[in-house]
Amino acid sequence: MSNLHDIPVVLSQRSGSDLPVLRERGQREVFCGLTGIVWLHRKLQDAFFLVVGSRTCAHLVQSAAGVMIFAEPRFGTAILTDRDLAGIADANDELDRVCISLLERRPEIKALFLVGSCPSEVIKLDLARAAERLNERLLPRVRVLSYSGSGIETTFTQGEDNALKAFVPIMPQTDARQLLVVGCLPDVVEDQFRRQFEQLGIGPVNFFPGRRAEDVPSIGPNTQLLLAQPFNGETVRALTARGATVLAAPYPFGVEGTTAWLRAAARAWQTPDTQFDAVTAPLIKRARAALERYRPQLAGKRLFMLPDSQLEIPLARFLNREMGMALVEVGTPYLDRQMVSEELALLPPDVVLSEGQHLERQLDRVRAARPDLTVCGLGLANPLEAEGLATKWSIELVFSPIHGYDQAADLAELFVRPLARRERLAV
Amino acid sequence: MQLTLWTYEGPPHVGAMRIATSMRDVHYVLHAPQGDTYADLLFTMIERQDRRPPVTYTTFQARDLGGSTADLVKTAVAEAYERFKPKALLVGESCTAELIQDQSGSLACGMNLPIPVIPLELPSYSKKENWGAAETFYHVVRALLADQVPPPGTPRPARAEGRRPHANLLGPTVLGFRCRDDVQEIRRLLDLLGIDVNVIAPLGASPDDIRRLPEADFNIDLYPEVSRTTASWLQRNFGMPATRVIPMGVGATRDFIAEVAQLAGIDASAVLAAEQPGVAGFSSSLSRMPWYARSVDSTYLTGKRVFIFGDATHAIAAARIAKEEMGFTVVGLGTYSREFARDVRDAAKLYDVEALISDDYLEVEQAIGAAAPELVLGTQMERHIAKRLGVACAVISIPIHVQDVPARYSPVYGFEGANVIFDTWVHPLVMGLEEHLLQMFRDDFEFHDDAAASHLPAVARDARPAAAPDAVAAAEPVVTAVATPEPVSAAAGEPTWSEDGERELKKIPFFVRGKAKRNTEAFAREHGLATITVETLYDAKAHYGR
Repeated sequence: MSNLHDIPVVLSQRSGSDLPVLRERGQREVFCGLTGIVWLHRKLQDAFFLVVGSRTCAHLVQSAAGVMIFAEPRFGTAILTDRDLAGIADANDELDRVCISLLERRPEIKALFLVGSCPSEVIKLDLARAAERLNERLLPRVRVLSYSGSGIETTFTQGEDNALKAFVPIMPQTDARQLLVVGCLPDVVEDQFRRQFEQLGIGPVNFFPGRRAEDVPSIGPNTQLLLAQPFNGETVRALTARGATVLAAPYPFGVEGTTAWLRAAARAWQTPDTQFDAVTAPLIKRARAALERYRPQLAGKRLFMLPDSQLEIPLARFLNREMGMALVEVGTPYLDRQMVSEELALLPPDVVLSEGQHLERQLDRVRAARPDLTVCGLGLANPLEAEGLATKWSIELVFSPIHGYDQAADLAELFVRPLARRERLAV
Repeated sequence: MQLTLWTYEGPPHVGAMRIATSMRDVHYVLHAPQGDTYADLLFTMIERQDRRPPVTYTTFQARDLGGSTADLVKTAVAEAYERFKPKALLVGESCTAELIQDQSGSLACGMNLPIPVIPLELPSYSKKENWGAAETFYHVVRALLADQVPPPGTPRPARAEGRRPHANLLGPTVLGFRCRDDVQEIRRLLDLLGIDVNVIAPLGASPDDIRRLPEADFNIDLYPEVSRTTASWLQRNFGMPATRVIPMGVGATRDFIAEVAQLAGIDASAVLAAEQPGVAGFSSSLSRMPWYARSVDSTYLTGKRVFIFGDATHAIAAARIAKEEMGFTVVGLGTYSREFARDVRDAAKLYDVEALISDDYLEVEQAIGAAAPELVLGTQMERHIAKRLGVACAVISIPIHVQDVPARYSPVYGFEGANVIFDTWVHPLVMGLEEHLLQMFRDDFEFHDDAAASHLPAVARDARPAAAPDAVAAAEPVVTAVATPEPVSAAAGEPTWSEDGERELKKIPFFVRGKAKRNTEAFAREHGLATITVETLYDAKAHYGR
């Protein structure tokens, strides 16, 4: 508060937009990329995610998974011990042993992800080579892939980006024309979009990732990419390196985002405008009616988003333009301009964007601004509530179906709920 | 390398966080990469803490490695001191920082802050959370009391005439099991005995309070997983004796009172007289538990098979309660606390069971399945195992989930703790009268197998095998089978069930049916019977008894 003026503000001018960005460095209250396992393993039903790391990694994934405790989950941790670090045990032999015994017990597993962590990277355990070695033994029964979810290299949702990127080299080449939707979507949302693309005469359509790691989509120069999540930048760059092109669009959040997103594909497939309108009009009408119920509760309310899932910029756009919320500050762990250029163009010109995090200073700004709603991680929610600030846990935004027309109101409701609850309570 | 699906304990630095977060005016600078801040949510979500843990993370990244990570430590220490003005600063590393060897502790000590800086070295690749908590508590106490340690051999000064005895309560922490309420209960008990509490630590203690620890006459080692190391150090260096009895359960609380009275040099016979076993009166006793256990409605608890797993302290105490105070049969006892494995092994001998010392969730699940208990007392992990197996469960130990941090006063220590335990352990069971009714109306169309006990909706419906007959069939009179028998199990060499045997089996209430089936099959195997008939079922029943 008093030291607000001390904040080292780096104002940079970005091409295509003159929004200033506040860049900060310090403590980050954000998960690392390992957390992505929690939703990736639900999506890829034949995959096992093996973190090669420490007890901390195991504890993190388990804590982030929260109540999602299953008897024998499809993720686990090969915990490095003193013996591995001291070189008493050959870490590579040990890893092979753990993988083989794991797969013996779980014959239904078709894909095994070796997930790198901070410790495995610091000791330079080469998981890509380990995957190659294991593939020689295990293919075609099981395919072994590797990626890094380490906190020294990735933030929260970048884990998905790295996991998907690991598929790109094994994607078969195709010259056939196709639409490839990139980013993990809940099955229910995927099915909705499939129906909508079909009605729009767009196809063939593939989703990446699909429901089984075994079913790897093909890729080639006639593949057009439609991006469902804003955090898969590295994957998108790897896919374009294989010839695919990106259909520029905002993300399918809210009516506006979903319509523009579908329209980008419709244009590429030369769907007549009349057909596009005929298909989308009833969906838009239904979604707007559902949103209307929540708009009065959000309109004019001031929103502060702490950096967390990379969804902050698209969601801020939706909440601002469709629900009438005022944006106090929109934080993002990192700003990948390529991935959000369409979104930035839709943000109000006076928005404060921040990249990275210095937690204490950012909380000073939250306290000074006293927003009506603060979007933050689980570690901060109760402490801010105790200071009288309403909060929305950002992790729920990653775990809930929020894309597309029929989830627009559900998305709005996630932000209404904490406010509505405070209104109800008289204790 | 050890394959882990679920872990009972976090890494040791999470134990250090528990100590820092329990205390006042202490801050912890943790050299750690992004992601390690996940640990904050354990405190703010599971324990519903209304403030962030007093922890500053350095959040180093790959690009800092080999260069500026040490500077990050110094910046974080300086900023944390400036902002939070703690009275003592802990400095340590998480698993990754341990590998890059920045020696955060020495760096911080070299900064000449005007407060005690306590470096923590907690080996992440060999130790775990509870050890980390114990080690941190010990280092805090040792650092803050270093200048007060008397020369070896110095006798303890006698208690001043007329002054009530004083005790420290050692070991309660946030994210411990019911520590918040146990501390109150023990304080109340001590007050009843004429003993004052000097310091409670680490929960709620400031560095100044820690400096006052030697002013007490003795220590109460409430949670040995956290406080045994410290209690031993205080005993060696300050000649302060410490309790060994954990006051959980009526009998153990009585033993605790006797031990405390002896250490304090007081007479506790009046209090103990009011808490005699078998005393039925509510009026004279602080504890309702003995009478509830003797009340005839509790008869159905007799011999219930119970499997116990948790930290060593709670598991050992729970086993004694289960046997002596609930009349259960202990069919399994174990712990994930390897540091206390010997204590658990000794305890297991009392119940003729093999102690299970393991932090492998799958091994525990297997052991529970094999023991076929009717009640599981465990951690949140065992809650999930029990749910899957369709067995009743109560949580008695960390790790816990948010529902194990109740709003109401619910200690597990002391006499009120015993009352709480009685309720908590009995509630998940099918109640005696209900069990009786289920027996009487087992074939009634409204009380058939699929109509689960009213308070066990999900468990009973989902977890049981889908073999239950439909309501109409169940209500029909049993006719001797003439149709071809359909075996329940057709594995080679295994006895098979005749149709009438199987039908009879289905009449047995679901909560004992699994056991009846296993026993009967074992009986048939032993006697070389290929087919299990109604008669085999009852032969086996007579053979095994209840």
